[in-house]
Amino acid sequence: MKMRFWGLFRHVALSAALIAGVLVGLPGERAYGELRIDISRGRVEPLPLAVINFAGAGEAARYGRDLAQVIAANLERSGLFRPINQAAFIQRELPVDVLPRFGDWRVINAQALVNGSVTVAPDGRLRVEFRLWDVYAEAQLEGQSVATVPGNWRRLAHVISDMIYQRLTGESGYFDTRLVYIAETGPATRRVKRLAIMDQDGANHKFLTDGSTLVLTPRFSPTTQEITYLAYYNRRPRVYIFNIDTGQQEVLGDFPGMTFAPRFSPDGNKVIMSLSRNGVTDIYTMDLRTRAVSRLTNSPSIDTSPTYAPDGRQIVFNSDRGGSQQLYVMSSDGDNVRRISFGRGRYATPVWSPRGDLIAFTKIVGGQFHIGVMKPDGSGERLLTSGFLVEAPTWAPNGRVLIYFKQIPGGQRGGGATRLFSIDLTGFNEREILTPVDASDPAWSPLIP
Amino acid sequence: MRTKLLSLLAAVALLGACSTDPQTAATTSGSGASSGASTAAVTSTATESGPAAGSQEDLAVNVGDRVFFGFDKFDLTADARTVLERQAFWMRKNGAVTVLIEGHCDERGTREYNIALGERRANAVRDYLLTLGIDANRIKTISYGKERPVDGGHTETAWKKNRRAVTRVN
Repeated sequence: MKMRFWGLFRHVALSAALIAGVLVGLPGERAYGELRIDISRGRVEPLPLAVINFAGAGEAARYGRDLAQVIAANLERSGLFRPINQAAFIQRELPVDVLPRFGDWRVINAQALVNGSVTVAPDGRLRVEFRLWDVYAEAQLEGQSVATVPGNWRRLAHVISDMIYQRLTGESGYFDTRLVYIAETGPATRRVKRLAIMDQDGANHKFLTDGSTLVLTPRFSPTTQEITYLAYYNRRPRVYIFNIDTGQQEVLGDFPGMTFAPRFSPDGNKVIMSLSRNGVTDIYTMDLRTRAVSRLTNSPSIDTSPTYAPDGRQIVFNSDRGGSQQLYVMSSDGDNVRRISFGRGRYATPVWSPRGDLIAFTKIVGGQFHIGVMKPDGSGERLLTSGFLVEAPTWAPNGRVLIYFKQIPGGQRGGGATRLFSIDLTGFNEREILTPVDASDPAWSPLIP
Repeated sequence: MRTKLLSLLAAVALLGACSTDPQTAATTSGSGASSGASTAAVTSTATESGPAAGSQEDLAVNVGDRVFFGFDKFDLTADARTVLERQAFWMRKNGAVTVLIEGHCDERGTREYNIALGERRANAVRDYLLTLGIDANRIKTISYGKERPVDGGHTETAWKKNRRAVTRVN
């Protein structure tokens, strides 16, 4: 059996069925037991893999190089794979209709191999066929053909990366996604903040607002090309909805106070948010179709940062009703409120994992900020990273990676920085997400439909 | 005449610098020294070369346009009440003035919680001005959370200045 290849992963059950359903065009075989890296075991040694430039003639060759580069970079950033330098390759070209010389790849210790071919169709569309090979089993694991307009080639690379990631880890990928965040410029006392969007790898960066109005805390809709966020238009902080396709912005509802901290419900039909009025902050929802408003909390405290569980049946939020900021869970109708955080310090910005099994949060204790996770019943708290200021975790759609922002304080004359970082759920593989200017309040999109 | 005016302006500038220094406002206990200075400024300069009556500058220089809060607190200190009592007196004197109370926080909290905390602070100021007889229609509030520090530093000194509610003349 091919245990040598799979031996690097924990809890991997590989059967002959794996090799069976991998004809070109077939989706990955799902009949066998779920392949999964056991993240509770801590760090996984990255899997050495080779991504050869996709073959193609003329213009297609350039796309072939770029595709391979983006795929290798995606897999490398995940921390689970170690792409081998192409200079070490013995077999330097490998169109999809040629069988790999597996011995050549074993020599350079490649455990997995990715190759492909690119053609430009008469209508100008790019057609990309790729293969994923188990080098030691000498077997094809995946083979697919995908096509798009040339301007969209990076998405092909991300889709292929997701297929490779899913095939080798048993978890769905997160590369064909975007981030919306707040781009920051200027001195702390006159900070200019703009809504910005980019692919998860930083490409296709775009500013969505011009900085004339303070904007904060954007979140993607799970179902539409929309973002909900807080904006200070006309010096009235209120929740808005931004349409990414049209650029249109619309205030959400007509509340008798300040609305903020908005998030969509998992079905995309509601926005949950805080309303502050006369010194009291409670949680409300607005149905986006009927515009009906429901009040979910009613206490003299600050109840904010509400987020739904992925099944939409529960809500986690933070409240100081017990004297200090702590995390509470309630049913989606506001009943059955119960506190889940009991550790030292203050807890804030809870975010339910898309898998449903964990809640990420910001914790302030001992003069430091921390990003951590706990189970929805409050048990199993683990802190993943700490700093002078780390805040606002957001989940990758597969619930394995978190992005948050970190403020690195400067001296009296400035020189500080505020940047986005990603970190694996194990607490390993912390990396900066490069942005053109300072960045905060990240929100990760679902997989692009 | 010319030199006299210049020296008067210099004196005003000096007093201005003194009473708008947030540290002074933050730490001097009560009205004693600073309100004495303010009174002097009002009497000696109000008519000709001082800030226009009822202006933001008038409020800041002669009354005090801001109050300060403890960490994660929104209750008014004795110092804050003294400043707000002067503000109420000033608003009665300038009956046409309407104000926006801005609530602010230091950077040692999370963004959304601080937006709510800033609202509480602004509201605490508003409530006290109402009890002092100011018409509710003249006061609006806004919270900036930790978005608009006056001091961009990362020290306790900076954070003290930033935990504030500022009364802005519309």
